[in-house]
Amino acid sequence: MLSVLFMTAGSCAFFRVHLCAGGPCSLCPTGKSNSSTMADDKDVLRDVWFGRIPTCFTLNPDEVTEREAEAYYLLLPRVSYLPVVTDKVKKHFLKVMRAEDVEEMWFEYEGTPLKWHYPIGVLFDFHASNTVLPWTITVHFKNFPDEDLLHCSSNSVVEAHFMSSIKEADALKHKSQVINDMQKKDHKQLWMGLQNDKFDQFWAMNRKLMEYPTEDGGFRYIPFRIYQTLSDRPFIQKLFRPVSPEGHAHTLGDLLKEMYPDALTNDGEQKRYQVLIHGIEPLLETPLQWLSEHLSHPDNFLHICVVPVPTD
Amino acid sequence: MPVSLLWAVDVYGRVYSLSTAGQQWEQCRNSQMEFKRVTAAQTCCWGIACDNSVYLNVHASDLPIRYQEDTYENQRWNPVDGFSDRLLPSDRWQWSDSSGLQHQPLNGFQLPSSTWEWEGDWHVDENLEGEPTEKEGWTYAMDFPAAYTKDKKWNSCVRRRRWLRYRRYKAMDTWAKIPSQQTTLPDPFSDISCGGWEISEEPGGRLSLWAVSLQGKVWFREGISHHNPEGSSWVEVPLPGEVVQISCGPGDLVWAVLWEGQLLVREGISRDNSKGTSWAVVESPNPEVGAIHVAVGMNVVWAVTKDNKVWFRRGVNSHNPCGSGWISMVGEMAMINVGLNDQVWAIGCEDRVVYFRQGITSSELSGKTWKAINVPRDGDRSHSSASASSLHSAGCFFSGEVRAPSVASDAELDIEHPPGDGAIISSAVLEEEVVPGEGEVNVLSSDAITCTQSGGPPDPQWSNVDLEEAQIQHVQTGAVPDSADSCSLSSVATYTLALEDQYGADEHPLWAWVSGGGCSVDSHSQLNWFNSMLQSVQSMSLSVSPAQTAAWRKQIFEQLTERSKREMDNFRHYEQAIEQSVWVKKGAMQWWRDWKPHKWIDVHFALEQFSGADGNKDGILFIYYNYHEEKKYLHAFINEVTILVPVLNHSKHTFAIYTPERTKQRWPIRLAAATELEMYDWLALLSVSCCDSRGIQGPPSKQAIWSITCKGDIFVSEPSSALEATPYPTPCDQMFWRQVGGHLRLVDCNSLGIVWGIGYDHTAWVYSGGYGGGFFQGLASSTDNIYTQTDTKSVYIYENQRWNPVTGYTTRGLPTDRYMWSDASGLHECTKTGTKPPSPHWTWVSDWAIDYSVSGGTDREGWQYAADFPASYHGFKTMKDFVRRRRWARKCKLSTTGPWQEIPPIQLSDVTILPCSAQSSVDVVPLWAISNKGDVLCRMGVTLLTPAGTSWLHVGTDQPFKSISIGAASQVWGVARDGSAFYRGSVSPSAGDCWYHIPSPAKQKLKQVSVGRTSVYTVDENGNLWYRQGVTPSYPQGSSWEHISNNVRKVSVGPLDQVWIIADKVQGSHSLSCGTVCHRLGVQPMDPKGQSWDYGIGGGWDHITIRGNSMEPSRICLSSMTDPSPQAPRSPLPVRSTESSSALNLTM
Repeated sequence: MLSVLFMTAGSCAFFRVHLCAGGPCSLCPTGKSNSSTMADDKDVLRDVWFGRIPTCFTLNPDEVTEREAEAYYLLLPRVSYLPVVTDKVKKHFLKVMRAEDVEEMWFEYEGTPLKWHYPIGVLFDFHASNTVLPWTITVHFKNFPDEDLLHCSSNSVVEAHFMSSIKEADALKHKSQVINDMQKKDHKQLWMGLQNDKFDQFWAMNRKLMEYPTEDGGFRYIPFRIYQTLSDRPFIQKLFRPVSPEGHAHTLGDLLKEMYPDALTNDGEQKRYQVLIHGIEPLLETPLQWLSEHLSHPDNFLHICVVPVPTD
Repeated sequence: MPVSLLWAVDVYGRVYSLSTAGQQWEQCRNSQMEFKRVTAAQTCCWGIACDNSVYLNVHASDLPIRYQEDTYENQRWNPVDGFSDRLLPSDRWQWSDSSGLQHQPLNGFQLPSSTWEWEGDWHVDENLEGEPTEKEGWTYAMDFPAAYTKDKKWNSCVRRRRWLRYRRYKAMDTWAKIPSQQTTLPDPFSDISCGGWEISEEPGGRLSLWAVSLQGKVWFREGISHHNPEGSSWVEVPLPGEVVQISCGPGDLVWAVLWEGQLLVREGISRDNSKGTSWAVVESPNPEVGAIHVAVGMNVVWAVTKDNKVWFRRGVNSHNPCGSGWISMVGEMAMINVGLNDQVWAIGCEDRVVYFRQGITSSELSGKTWKAINVPRDGDRSHSSASASSLHSAGCFFSGEVRAPSVASDAELDIEHPPGDGAIISSAVLEEEVVPGEGEVNVLSSDAITCTQSGGPPDPQWSNVDLEEAQIQHVQTGAVPDSADSCSLSSVATYTLALEDQYGADEHPLWAWVSGGGCSVDSHSQLNWFNSMLQSVQSMSLSVSPAQTAAWRKQIFEQLTERSKREMDNFRHYEQAIEQSVWVKKGAMQWWRDWKPHKWIDVHFALEQFSGADGNKDGILFIYYNYHEEKKYLHAFINEVTILVPVLNHSKHTFAIYTPERTKQRWPIRLAAATELEMYDWLALLSVSCCDSRGIQGPPSKQAIWSITCKGDIFVSEPSSALEATPYPTPCDQMFWRQVGGHLRLVDCNSLGIVWGIGYDHTAWVYSGGYGGGFFQGLASSTDNIYTQTDTKSVYIYENQRWNPVTGYTTRGLPTDRYMWSDASGLHECTKTGTKPPSPHWTWVSDWAIDYSVSGGTDREGWQYAADFPASYHGFKTMKDFVRRRRWARKCKLSTTGPWQEIPPIQLSDVTILPCSAQSSVDVVPLWAISNKGDVLCRMGVTLLTPAGTSWLHVGTDQPFKSISIGAASQVWGVARDGSAFYRGSVSPSAGDCWYHIPSPAKQKLKQVSVGRTSVYTVDENGNLWYRQGVTPSYPQGSSWEHISNNVRKVSVGPLDQVWIIADKVQGSHSLSCGTVCHRLGVQPMDPKGQSWDYGIGGGWDHITIRGNSMEPSRICLSSMTDPSPQAPRSPLPVRSTESSSALNLTM
């Protein structure tokens, strides 16, 4: 029987334990000295995991404060969720506020409330991909926009949402066989890995979700979501197989052609849309199965943002 | 799995082969004629052509088939002439064989057939049992026959010398006719089948060939071996009836079909008697319908009855070759063939398609379904000319076809079988294509013509005509066919192709015969045989642009790097959103406790991981245990762990953790996990932690040191420049080793990163550049360059018996005796049923069999005799022998993954790669190897980009070799099987020209050699390490052997002349370890022998190579390293000059 425990840095009382004090250390995504000679697909996983968005949190000027609130700067993990990584932000602003003025914290960017149940990287790519860094997010403690956002009372809500996404993804990939074969502690390990930014711990388990029988050539269906700016629907999500009936591998282009043909640039046309995954634009001939294995978020979905090409 | 071939013959008599990696049938172009049957082995293919002769097609190999002829020249001394060829009348011939009984003049040696050629002229052998003789090669004795010495003494009255000449088989990849023995073979062959290569331990080439003649007789080809691929003669095997078809499996199964439809089973086939002793009869599966065709494998028999039904025989094995019962299978087939691994192919009786039986495994020998092999043939249009020429050449085609007559035109001939019978029959029938207007149209052609559509060009019509008939027609021997004879064989059926277009057959080839005897596939093989044309083209285009080089992949890598730069580089001072925390993983384990009495006790095990101050991850291991009711713990820092060694057996899933301290003690922390899975989870996690704490990631470097344990596990260590520093090198026990997937017996490398390994089954593997594999899943393993690797080895147990005066040898020993079934030591009981494969990863792939290849020899039943246990055993019984034993072997197989790619097909026993400096720009790297038959081979085309090379070049030797090493300046040293050494001057760029024979140290037989920059070290069979003294540029062979150490198993000398060994019996503070990595200290250019040993990791290490480590010791900065390509071709050792300058640097 194995079990996984977490302690915060301070609670470890053993000798010779040199812990970094939470400072800006160990931001070493790959640990390799020369990142230009990337050769292994593993490095993609690390780069995806260790993607960070420099963010400047400012307090909404309408909030009642005792004294002026300074902006708060943080490196947000692209693959995580806002409520999981904003404890420090909350703590920072609560210092200048009276307790009775504080309701549920929510975030907004240029007038748009940010949905906490989307991964941070998706929020950034979708709303702010072409802005100047750092990304400036406004923090609210009042007037929670119930029509736009889900309430999030604690991290367990995020965990429930995250786990349900993983389960949904595995239902598409393996008819839920892999996730159902896992034990409770394995599920916990996935979440704890994400919550505590433990790449190894997360992937030790997540790799099982990324396996498939060689003869099938891929998952049953690719779990994906396409986010588009000009639509009432939040995102497109349909069934799509990684391999065509004729046996050739579907590409990102194939997916878009079927789901969102407008996103593609026709011959002789000016490019109108960027197709962003984790802030990069993969070539349309990239095999979808490979993308699903390597560029999915921890929730096992491939989140694809289609945003207009910046005009400037 | 190496590529191998499936062979088939189409109804036109053309021979095709289909590669297991291929997607189209390749026509065998060089056959001048049509064939009716082929039977394949892995090294060759036999066939019966339409001229009824047997042909042999030996597949070309880099390893030539060569045969050593020898003869002795004998002389006697007389006072007048001295030694002369005037011998006494009672003496032997002047030219004789070794025994002197056979007259063998030089000119009496003839090439056995036109397929052989002489390799050179006769030359004198100057080697007497490992000792070089005088120039002339004479050996002296007092008289014939006697013991010969190389020195002439006062009483040497006779002398002799041995002459050698090689002949080489030249008919590779072509169909060579086997000369027929006209006198003993009155009738032509109609069926042929080869197999039997598994019944003896003799390496590749020996096989049994069975043939059936038209009169139903069975013949056996004697004397087929590697050196004599054609065999020597046909021997008739007596029969209880007349046989129509025969099948011989890879092992000891031989079945035949009788005319009457019953089956014959050959019994008594063994290692000593490949022909077997007697026949047993098995009735046809269906009493109403006789069998027509049979096919056997290792443990299976398949049959086809005259109604084309397919049958599978249950319960067949070596002990019960007859099996127990028939099972009816789905499908209607014309013929069926069993290949390697008991895989099955068949030809459909209606559609003439080759089918592969899918899903055959050792546990499910009957498989699941028939799947049509659906691939195109090469040169589609080109065969129209082949077809035309075939019409011209013979006009007759063959097939094993069994058909009901579609045209009842044969009534007058078919006397025995009334036309209504329908089952006409024989596999010996041939189909004759009849061309109206052709001169040789026989009697039957009129029948065929009747069904030829009139008008237009003549369409081919097919009729089954008995061969006897055709034979008579063609040969025109008898004016009138013997009607009685032909009646007994008669079976005439016409088979109309019914094709509008003669060449329509291209769309759908019609097959007549298939043979999978050379086709190595199993149920796991990935075959591309079943795809349609469209898919095959697509998958081919995919393979042309592998994912690793695709533009999309490059784009993602580049953009991610760019993204990191854009989003993170300027903001590194920002705070991280998530605090780093300690991560603890806990589990329950068992621990082999440190104090006596040693035993497994339950402990709690915990790994705490955290980020160190420098950002590297670090951790601590804790083992919590109870000691006299008191809770205690033991800990180890992850960054001090030097190696994690899995020790898997059937009773416990254990692993060992070493630190430098534990290595000194020879007493690791031994832990056992509850399940294998848990053990590997822990090992993978601990391994990642250890690598993280040391900042090690990705594949091993080019300088890496590779080692292999006795379990076949592979470990690498990254050397630092301090490793070879003098006078204070890094202690050996501080080296960190990490495991790499795969299973090997030995490995060699050089500093360009070229790494080759050899498995226990002698398969050669080349390192692919990946890391991980095996139990390293996911992150600890690279995604690319990991391949499946298999290995096989034998497990041995001993059957022991003691003699007593009443009953002779029995299984009743003395009470003090060893177990009657034991291991080699006799200390542990090992029964046939109780002995398990070495670990759960191994599975049995054969049954227990007596092993005759034991040193000391055995009698015919495999027994070795001795006066008592334990003693030295000999292979014959004497009066003084009271005990005997014999060895049983059972093969087991392991399947794992690792960064290794197979280099088929030649099996190796040793390999060596030229050590060179990392900076050197060598285009083609010399790589030499020894085949498992002892041939010396040189690999062509080995470069940095193609580390596997392209082909082998065979380098001639007068005797088999067992070890080889190539050192600086491309000097090659080898050890022959007789234990003497050979030196060969610079072999680059050519392969050198001759071997210099170097005697071994007195009374010692050498075992292994390793050559570095200038140092030459050897190990002998008694574990002594020898250094070659006096090696100079002008005298590179050196002068004498100097003893360095004993208890040495293996030596590896590096590009800087560093010396590392595997030593036995290294004493630690707690325990003793065998198989220990040791490093020679104090090795310097002026003192290449060094001073003393430093002891590293040990306890079951088998092999090490440090030939990749060309990293100069840290203090010394050499401007130029040894350039391995000699600038001065006259001097074999140009490195001496550079080396002396380094010596200056060292002493400064």
